[in-house]
Amino acid sequence: MNREKTSLWKRIVGIRGMGASLTAFVGLIIIYTVFGIMNPTVFSGENLMNLLRSMSKYLLIGIAQSYVMITGNIDLSIGSQVAMSAMLSAELMVLGVNPIIAITISLISCLIMGVINGILVGKFRLPPFIATLGTMFAARGIAYMINGNRNTDAISTGIGKDAADRFQNILYYGKTLGVYNTFWISFIVFVIFFFVLSRTKTGRHIYAIGSNIDAAKLSGVNIVAATTKAYLVSSICSWLVGLILCAQAGMGNMEAGNTYEMYGVAAGVIGGVSPNGGTGLLLGTFMGAAVWQTLENGLNMIGVQVGIQRLVIGVIVVAAVLMDIISRSGKFSRKKS
Amino acid sequence: MKKKDEKKPPKSKNLTLFHISDRLVYNLVIKFSHILYANNMWNRKDEGMNEVIVSMKNVCKNFPGVKALDNVNFELRSGEVMALLGENGAGKSTLMKILSGVYTRDSGELEIFGKNYGNLTPKQAEEAGVAIIHQELNLCRHLTVAENIFLGREIYGKIALDNARMEAEAQKILDGLKIDINPRQVVGDLPVSKQQMVEIAKALSVNAKILVMDEPTSALTSKEIDELFRIILDLKSEGKGIVYISHRLEELQHIVDRVTIMRDGQYILTAGFNDLTMDEIITNMVGREIKEKFPRVECEKGKVIFEVKNLNAGRMVRDINFSVNEGEIVGFAGLMGAGRTETTRAIFGVDEKSSGQIFVDGEEVKINCPMDAIKHGVVLAPEDRKKDGLCTQLSIRDNITLPNLDMVCNKAGVVNSKKEKDMCDKTVENLKIKTPNVDILAGNLSGGNQQKVVVGKWLARNSRVVIFDEPTRGIDVGAKVEIYNLMNELKKQGIAVMFVSSEMPEVMGIADRIIVMCDGRITGEVMAKDTTQSEILKLATSFEDKKIGSN
Repeated sequence: MNREKTSLWKRIVGIRGMGASLTAFVGLIIIYTVFGIMNPTVFSGENLMNLLRSMSKYLLIGIAQSYVMITGNIDLSIGSQVAMSAMLSAELMVLGVNPIIAITISLISCLIMGVINGILVGKFRLPPFIATLGTMFAARGIAYMINGNRNTDAISTGIGKDAADRFQNILYYGKTLGVYNTFWISFIVFVIFFFVLSRTKTGRHIYAIGSNIDAAKLSGVNIVAATTKAYLVSSICSWLVGLILCAQAGMGNMEAGNTYEMYGVAAGVIGGVSPNGGTGLLLGTFMGAAVWQTLENGLNMIGVQVGIQRLVIGVIVVAAVLMDIISRSGKFSRKKS
Repeated sequence: MKKKDEKKPPKSKNLTLFHISDRLVYNLVIKFSHILYANNMWNRKDEGMNEVIVSMKNVCKNFPGVKALDNVNFELRSGEVMALLGENGAGKSTLMKILSGVYTRDSGELEIFGKNYGNLTPKQAEEAGVAIIHQELNLCRHLTVAENIFLGREIYGKIALDNARMEAEAQKILDGLKIDINPRQVVGDLPVSKQQMVEIAKALSVNAKILVMDEPTSALTSKEIDELFRIILDLKSEGKGIVYISHRLEELQHIVDRVTIMRDGQYILTAGFNDLTMDEIITNMVGREIKEKFPRVECEKGKVIFEVKNLNAGRMVRDINFSVNEGEIVGFAGLMGAGRTETTRAIFGVDEKSSGQIFVDGEEVKINCPMDAIKHGVVLAPEDRKKDGLCTQLSIRDNITLPNLDMVCNKAGVVNSKKEKDMCDKTVENLKIKTPNVDILAGNLSGGNQQKVVVGKWLARNSRVVIFDEPTRGIDVGAKVEIYNLMNELKKQGIAVMFVSSEMPEVMGIADRIIVMCDGRITGEVMAKDTTQSEILKLATSFEDKKIGSN
């Protein structure tokens, strides 16, 4: 009991992955301040709200990819599942299906993709890169097929203008307590999955198989179940992002979510999630997504062209991982000597 | 029931203790006694201490082509430490894997706590109380001590995992072992010795009553070994049965009650530790005649070709000095993990050297990477053929020319097919590699022929020193002889041959001079003709005094 009281700060820092999260947080503050000084509009409430809203997508994608990366795998099918979710729910709504039913059907289709990923990787031990490459093409193909290789019409043509507006407001344009709903949704999802990862058996097992799959197996962890659960979380997040994109555009776009899986890797990695599995904290992913979005937003505000934006982001991602490797190898050599 | 009747209770002494002759009632009593045990109601100093808790009889196990276990008997009693001794490949690990349900036996009886198991599954073994502390630790490095201990058996609170309770329970177990580890610490940050203790704690948390420790001290310092022994003695006094596997014979006296010796998959004997001298133990571990025939070629010993001075590279290569003469095969003997492979790797430039000089033909050469070594005519046929020696998905031709591309390419780097073909044909012919053509995948060859390709790719260029690391592992007798002949051929050509092998008879049969290593150091050098297996084994187990110190 004594120990707990005396070193609360130490305990917080001692949480696995907290260090990287804090680093990313400090980076975030610096980036935000620097851009704010260069262009004060960055500090404006409106910009902040926009920032939070556009960050939500990256946060959800980041959660998706972080879950899978912590198990030591990767999910390349995220972007395609986003498109599949957007196209399927939009097309159903264009056909006049009740939005609730439409999004439920698209959720089920995404979950099926997640189960396929989980079984291919967990049970048949396919390399995750290959397995999810397959589902990536398959899901994208389905997205194309839904409306015969075309984007869908506006959803208002099917369910009517009122219903369409309501749908779009709930997911994208509306605000609650002054903040866009999109952010609230992603924040609630973040809190739930943060809890699952850090405080439940499922989360513990996800860390364990990423850390040492043989030890986990010998300890009686169900590898297939844990792997599948991670991929299911990934699917749920992809599904949500698809809905958000659908609401934003008011229609379904076949190319929605292109390369999003890589944004997810970037958000996770900046926040300290190791692509080798076993470590990472969703708080870090939150910071990673925020850093990413602030960079994009800030570079936009000071009028830097898109090419340079991408370049900067590329450098940041590599630098983040490099730092991680250097700090870890530093630790290793200390221990050895 | 009939079957049970035939099988006499392992120790009739136990029967008389209970004054009951009926086997069935005896079993019931035993079972009841274990319920008492589990509830700690049994007086610890009672005669219940010496129950037979594991009994294995006439256990056989065959792997394709190998008789891993041949009618092995094994017995473990509660409250004792049983040492399981034998050379590498004697079948100790196989036997323990059968006890823990990882392997199923082909025949024989297996009883745990008086219960006969037909087909023991790992789960049943765990439920029966068997736990193995593996040599390579099986923990999740990123998780905390408590998380590891409760992995797979997490305790839930109302809605979330009850970390506080798991930590408290873990603390209780660790305190019970008198180990100073904070259950909140991340396992990867702990030293190996502590990790091992976490493994022990993990085993105890599932109420293990039979603990198998496989080489637990190999990575520990003397202080840590003392700590481990204290824990072992504590567990013993609590009535747990402990199987202790170790190559360090001199440390046995501190803890061991009885020993079981195995050799070549056969059961040799079981005896009280005090009834045997160290020499008797060694003789029983080795005690076999050299049956195989080894083609030895006598050569005139010439000048020194290859010399290594004061080589150091990490803990497993310490202060290595040796030389190889023309017309001589130098064998490297020792137990697994003695640092022989590490030495060859350091010489070849795969691993970094911290200090040392290497001389080829009297001239000092700098070897910082394998390319340097090859340039100076030092080549290595590595231990793990499939992993380090061959590209199994490439053809024989590609494998042979891989290190020799400089010889078959023109200046622009384009491969000259004719030169390549000549080189491969010559190699295949010289080494008598049995293959229809050189374009089939190296992975499809038999083990012996694969080994020849590994060696052959080096012989295509003029090497001065050839290092063979376990060249005959996993290949059949006929192919072995061909590898021996090959080494003899090199010897005749005046090439220095270093021959690393864990199989003592072949080292004694082929090498002219034998260097014995133990724990990263050279502990002796003997002439093959005048030595005995016991002498080599003694050198191979002459670990440093336990005052290595923790630094």
